[in-house]
Amino acid sequence: MDLSFSKEDLAFRDEVREFLATSLPADVKDRCDRGLHPTKEGQIRWQKILNEKGWMAPNWPKEYGGTGWTITQKYIAAHEFGHAAAPIALPFGVSMVGPVIYTFGNQEQKDKYLPRILNSDDWWCQGYSEPGSGSDLASLQTRAVRDGDHYVVNGQKIWTSFAQNADMIFCLVRTDSNAKQQEGISFLLIDMKTPGITVKPIIGLDKEHSLNEVFFDDVRVPVENRIGEENKGWTYAKFLLGNERTGIARVARSKRQVERLREIASLERSGGRSLAEDQDFINKLTRIEVDLMSLEYTELRYLSMIANGKELTAEPSLLKIKGTEIQQRLTSLLVESLGMYGAPYEAERAYAGRNEAPVGPDYAHGPMAEHLYLRAATIYGGSNEIQRNIVSKMVLGL
Amino acid sequence: MDFELSDEQNMLKDSVERFVKDNYSPEARAKLADTELGFSKDHWKKMAELGWLGLPFSEEVGGFGGTAVETAIMMENMGSGLVLEPFLSTVVMGGGLVAEAGSQSQIEAIIPEVIEGNMMLAFAYAEPQSRFDLNDVETRAAKSGDGYVLNGHKSVVYHAATADKIIVSARTRGGSRDEDGISLFIVDNDTSGLSRRDYRTIDGQRASDIKLEDVKVGSDALLGQEGKGLPVMRSVVDRTIAALCAEAVGAMRTANNITNEYIKERKQFGTPIGKFQVLQHRMVDMYMEAEQSKSMSDMLAMKLELDDEGERRKAVSAAKAQIGQASKFIGEQSIQLHGGMGMTDEYSIGHYFKRLTTIEMLFGNTDYHFKQYAALAS
Ligand SMILES: Cc1cc2nc3c(=O)[nH]c(=O)nc-3n(C[C@H](O)[C@H](O)[C@H](O)COP(=O)(O)OP(=O)(O)OC[C@H]3O[C@@H](n4cnc5c(N)ncnc54)[C@H](O)[C@@H]3O)c2cc1C
Repeated sequence: MDLSFSKEDLAFRDEVREFLATSLPADVKDRCDRGLHPTKEGQIRWQKILNEKGWMAPNWPKEYGGTGWTITQKYIAAHEFGHAAAPIALPFGVSMVGPVIYTFGNQEQKDKYLPRILNSDDWWCQGYSEPGSGSDLASLQTRAVRDGDHYVVNGQKIWTSFAQNADMIFCLVRTDSNAKQQEGISFLLIDMKTPGITVKPIIGLDKEHSLNEVFFDDVRVPVENRIGEENKGWTYAKFLLGNERTGIARVARSKRQVERLREIASLERSGGRSLAEDQDFINKLTRIEVDLMSLEYTELRYLSMIANGKELTAEPSLLKIKGTEIQQRLTSLLVESLGMYGAPYEAERAYAGRNEAPVGPDYAHGPMAEHLYLRAATIYGGSNEIQRNIVSKMVLGL
Repeated sequence: MDFELSDEQNMLKDSVERFVKDNYSPEARAKLADTELGFSKDHWKKMAELGWLGLPFSEEVGGFGGTAVETAIMMENMGSGLVLEPFLSTVVMGGGLVAEAGSQSQIEAIIPEVIEGNMMLAFAYAEPQSRFDLNDVETRAAKSGDGYVLNGHKSVVYHAATADKIIVSARTRGGSRDEDGISLFIVDNDTSGLSRRDYRTIDGQRASDIKLEDVKVGSDALLGQEGKGLPVMRSVVDRTIAALCAEAVGAMRTANNITNEYIKERKQFGTPIGKFQVLQHRMVDMYMEAEQSKSMSDMLAMKLELDDEGERRKAVSAAKAQIGQASKFIGEQSIQLHGGMGMTDEYSIGHYFKRLTTIEMLFGNTDYHFKQYAALAS
């Protein structure tokens, strides 16, 4: 057991700091710090900078373009990114489908897709959920029927984040309706430009457009776009969900939120004094901070177990549950710190073209949007109720 | 002791319920919230015809002599439909201030017009630095000739854009947090020197930031005694909080009903999700919070009529704290139990969540009222 950083680690930290200080575009940083969704252009611009530096995929094996960082270095990088409000790469390509492709895909698929993910040439989206299949994902109905060298796909996906920007979608489809639910699913990579695909926006309660419905009407997908074996898609899907749950804790971002809260509190007043001196505020923030530290060290402990070749079962579920609850408490407190200026709210596109600064202090722009959106954090990636079911079954044997 | 409604009160309740049923389907409400005005002048007229705009005023000022209980009945049922018309701003706050502190001529000029539905009001009390403290007033009113000149910045003034007259708190003497020295002024919205930045709020309503730059008003604009505005503000804000609490009770009850129905209908794993025990218990907790809130709201409406100020203010803070907590819990959990569906603008539950979120904050959030209660109780 050892928590200290070596000389090399400290040099690495300086390198990350230096890189972020010089390479992170100010507009990208600003949106990320406020908790606003990235713009497509800004996100791609930033990811290309990351890729040029060779830092696009810290979690990939080196042979596919990963960084080869130790877990200590990964921790340092995540921490520095969070502190500098540097967006992490969008998860859909690099964290979700990428590992599925290099773990289960064939050589052609690896050669074709992995470099394009690293260079952000393809924007990926995740086609898992359906109107009737959310928590019960394995009940999904979108069908793919074999027709020569193609599958013909019919059905509907929903809640597909940023499908409006996407070039590619990875989809779970039913290829065998007679088998047991989990045994009739395949994993397909589908070009969003294929005829028969329609994307319909869903406006969120934050009044923004990140969600979509994606309809498939006789969409012809080459069989070579299938990952692994037919009807084995559930194995790959679960592998992906396991990865999703780890990244979802977002410890580094939450640490930055704690810093922001302190910054805002020092500028706000309560009862005629600085909000930063308000005992209720201090108590709330301190509780969150200690919970966050507990989560951070739990995550590190698990990562160290993995690095030492130990198998985890449902531990990532704990990270997801605690991480998302902390995220929500933080945005709640951020909104609370604004006092009355929590109330003014307009969708961003309402500002576009009006050339008018948002109402209230500058830092009031962002927290409510993030607060509203992050109500979903305990719903997506497997809801927190489902995660608790998993822990109770797999860890506690209940 | 009796928590039951009288026959007349039941009729009032039925009539508000019917109004909401006829005019406030989720689709109609969404449409209305998206119009320029953010509410309907026709609805306002209808409310005047039904006598609701005059109900809270005493008979001496031309009203129908309702008590805080009648206001609570109206607000609770309007809360069920997330009604958008500025009843709170115009009748409870603006009208309340005039009725309580106004001169005979101010009352005669304003209250009948409010009751008829011809005049709308807003109350500008908050400032960027004030948070929830009514006594934290930096806006200044300097005597000049036989009138006053106002300078300052008022923040998040609900329904200012549609108000004919805005009641502004301003300091005529003392330091920015002194309890003494705050005066109230009735300012026409189109007075020169008054400029507004209008915007939407997360709960689908409208508010404005107001800049006052050398705004000249006559001595007849002074509402109540010079320098003695705070007790009037406190008393009217207490009534406003009681009304908001009742609104929250209606919103919570409906949010719970919507959620309860949803988890009965929605199936996953081959069964309604309402069959999962963890959701059942959550729903029970939500139900209990709403029940406790209803009790506190009723208690507050009855205690508001008491003369003991200490008792009254304790009741206000206790009710607002309970209802603030419950609003947050029920708002958030009703989204959670809906899953992705709860995250959409099109479906109604998110709008309940957002209104409940602002109610928790308006006129002091939960922490603020716990603090107030502790100070009053010690
Ligand atoms: C903002 C956002 C972004 C998303 N992005 C994507 C995306 O890009 N791609 C994609 O495929 N999907 C995405 N999703 C979908 C997400 O994965 C689903 O919303 C989630 O799986 C829940 O499914 P559901 O919405 O159908 O809710 P339901 O499954 O209907 O759940 C409703 C409620 O019931 C509870 N519940 C269900 N089953 C049980 C049980 N067995 N025991 C106890 N409680 C239970 C849930 O926890 C929840 O509280 C996104 C969702 C959101 C909100």
